[in-house]
Amino acid sequence: MQSVIEFISQPWHWSISGAMIALVMFLLIYLGKRFGVSSSFRALCAIGGAGSAFDYFKYDWKSHDWLLVFVLGSIIGGGIGSTFLASPEPVQLSAATIADLTQLGINVPSTRAEGSGYLPMDLFNFETLASLKGIILMVLGGFLIGFGTRWAGGCTSGHAISGLSNLQLPSLVAVIGFFIGGLLMTHVLFPLILAL
Amino acid sequence: MRLLKYLSVGILFGIVMTKSEAISWFRIQEMFRFQSFHMYGIIGVAVVLGALMHQLIKRTGLKNTYGDMIAFADKPNTYKASIFGGTFFGLGWAMTGACPGPLYTLVGHGFGIILVVIASALLGTLAYGALRSKLPH
Repeated sequence: MQSVIEFISQPWHWSISGAMIALVMFLLIYLGKRFGVSSSFRALCAIGGAGSAFDYFKYDWKSHDWLLVFVLGSIIGGGIGSTFLASPEPVQLSAATIADLTQLGINVPSTRAEGSGYLPMDLFNFETLASLKGIILMVLGGFLIGFGTRWAGGCTSGHAISGLSNLQLPSLVAVIGFFIGGLLMTHVLFPLILAL
Repeated sequence: MRLLKYLSVGILFGIVMTKSEAISWFRIQEMFRFQSFHMYGIIGVAVVLGALMHQLIKRTGLKNTYGDMIAFADKPNTYKASIFGGTFFGLGWAMTGACPGPLYTLVGHGFGIILVVIASALLGTLAYGALRSKLPH
């Protein structure tokens, strides 16, 4: 058993990860649902009573109760993955990315003591949240995720994985949009935000 | 009880998101800088296997656990919404290094600060609901 856990705890090869995501999508479809996480935002707003103000939230959110339970599961899965199945090393990035980020003044952890390599701790903390840079990265960033995914009608799971694998043209257009925004942010806007 | 199976699949998803490192802010930077094949490999394999799965289900007429024939709804042909909404989301994805699935998983890692990002995403969803009729779709 110990050796099984050690085996799973290594960082997974991308082909294994991709296959496992396809398996998650299959399980949801086989269980009568579909793979798309951003609909949970709409359900959560509806539960909060947004339906009394805007028609978009006037729908039977209970039809999404399974998705909220799925999301709860993914939080638990994150807890299991980061404790019992934690990798012995932080995320191993390419040398080019480490060089680029270091030049931007972002610390890339090289040992577990410095971090797991999942979140840049010098940017994402409550102290930074009190600055303009932090508000833009966390509050505006989060806002754009909610606004954009609901406008596009899906996120990475709903469009890039579910939609593309079902050969949906609107999903391909959405993924092109994801990259227009992502490339513009990473290469043009992000360095400016960091300089604030 | 009815929902327990979705909880299990969710737990699997959280573990997969963690071990794949798809929830890493650094990996998303690497992806948008085209400096590693890692993220493209993950998404590519998921899409290819997913396409195979869609075809197999359609050809075999597989039934889901409710006993109904599995049917796939087409995405609505709202191309303006796809490109504009997609671009907005892309900006946010590159800032926070997380899309909706990973946001939840990161909370499970104990990153409390991510709750601020999720609350902001709900605010963004609310704003979309308010402006929906005025936006191109």
